[in-house]
Amino acid sequence: MTFMPDFMGKPIINMTIAVLSGKGGTGKTLLSVNLAAAAEKSTYMDCDVEEPNGHLFFKPKEITEEEISVKIPTVNDELCSGCRKCVDFCKFNALAHIRNKLFIFDDVCHSCGGCLLICPEKALTEKEKVIGKVQKGVSGEVTVWTGVLNIGEATGIPIIKKQLEAINPSDNRLTFIDCPPGSACIVMESIKDADYCVLVAEPTVFGVFNLNMVYELVRIFSRPFGVVLNKCLEEENPAEKYCIEKNIKILGRIPFDNELGTLNSNAEIAVYKDEKYRELFSSLLKTVVKEAQHEATADS
Amino acid sequence: MKIAIPADEKSLASNVCVSFGRTPYFLIYDTETKESTFIDNSAAASTGGAGIKAAQAIVDNNVNALLTPRCGQNAADVINAADIKIYKTSSASIKDTIAAFVDGKLPLLDDIHAGFHGQADN
Repeated sequence: MTFMPDFMGKPIINMTIAVLSGKGGTGKTLLSVNLAAAAEKSTYMDCDVEEPNGHLFFKPKEITEEEISVKIPTVNDELCSGCRKCVDFCKFNALAHIRNKLFIFDDVCHSCGGCLLICPEKALTEKEKVIGKVQKGVSGEVTVWTGVLNIGEATGIPIIKKQLEAINPSDNRLTFIDCPPGSACIVMESIKDADYCVLVAEPTVFGVFNLNMVYELVRIFSRPFGVVLNKCLEEENPAEKYCIEKNIKILGRIPFDNELGTLNSNAEIAVYKDEKYRELFSSLLKTVVKEAQHEATADS
Repeated sequence: MKIAIPADEKSLASNVCVSFGRTPYFLIYDTETKESTFIDNSAAASTGGAGIKAAQAIVDNNVNALLTPRCGQNAADVINAADIKIYKTSSASIKDTIAAFVDGKLPLLDDIHAGFHGQADN
């Protein structure tokens, strides 16, 4: 992370902010899209590769595209002795040995390469398999990255890795990572190098359960973090109560607002549509950046 | 003829398990000798590919037929590669299922589902 001059009259920093939540539909995309829009010169990276939808809001142009492949094993039947060491080794059960023939299930394979290492006959080699693509485009001052995993593939991690590789500290800009929902490997990959994590929470008991999942995750990964409370109503907010109990920083609140919901469901970026939303998300952004800077300073 | 049935418990009085890949046990039953053996399904706890691993175990037990309420595509590929026939069960009772099979009343399973892979944590 480096400090740069001139962000909303204050030093701009080059940092990566991951937006995550324990389940889908909490507001990750709403928040990350609007934070990126409020930051003006920024990068938005859609790592929710199973269902990327940030591009629907940004409608990026000048799109360039790269296919992403993984390596999966292929067997030379002449060399295979049928020892089954690979079958027993594979924790994903991608291999079976039936009637003296090795079967490889491509869509179950996680490309760990372990079967190749363990094969005493060197009967296994690797072949390339396309699992998805990464697109890069521009939308005003925002660079928009979209990771797309083909349906039925085992894991989108290689696609996320490819996107994250593109984060260049000399770009002097904020990068917002729109994470996949949940707290599985794919989310771990998305947040592991983030400077700061923003957890989005819904004001329900179920929302607290999901918040707790990502709360535990960011703590395991020792990432600095804060919570944005989304869909806030007048009444008691269990997620807010949880944050207070756990002494978690509340970065801000987004109201349960019909107008905002309508804009969002029409794939409009609220920041661009209404000054009051620009103010809401700009203020949130300032808090997020300030917190992240504070954490970075406290850390160094 | 040796048949395999996914079973909820290690007992002939138990029910047919609704899942093939994640059944806790398999009953291996010989229709001639009426001999029954229950084996643990080590695939049950797999994070993925349970159907493939369970099917490998069925093949390795040299059965002639698999009786199951349903079966995923990957598991069916393994079973079919070994020329083991898959029959569709309809009764929850293992005893009734065996009786129906012996009477030739079970149809072949033709609605192989696409599998539930990719829905667990990756």
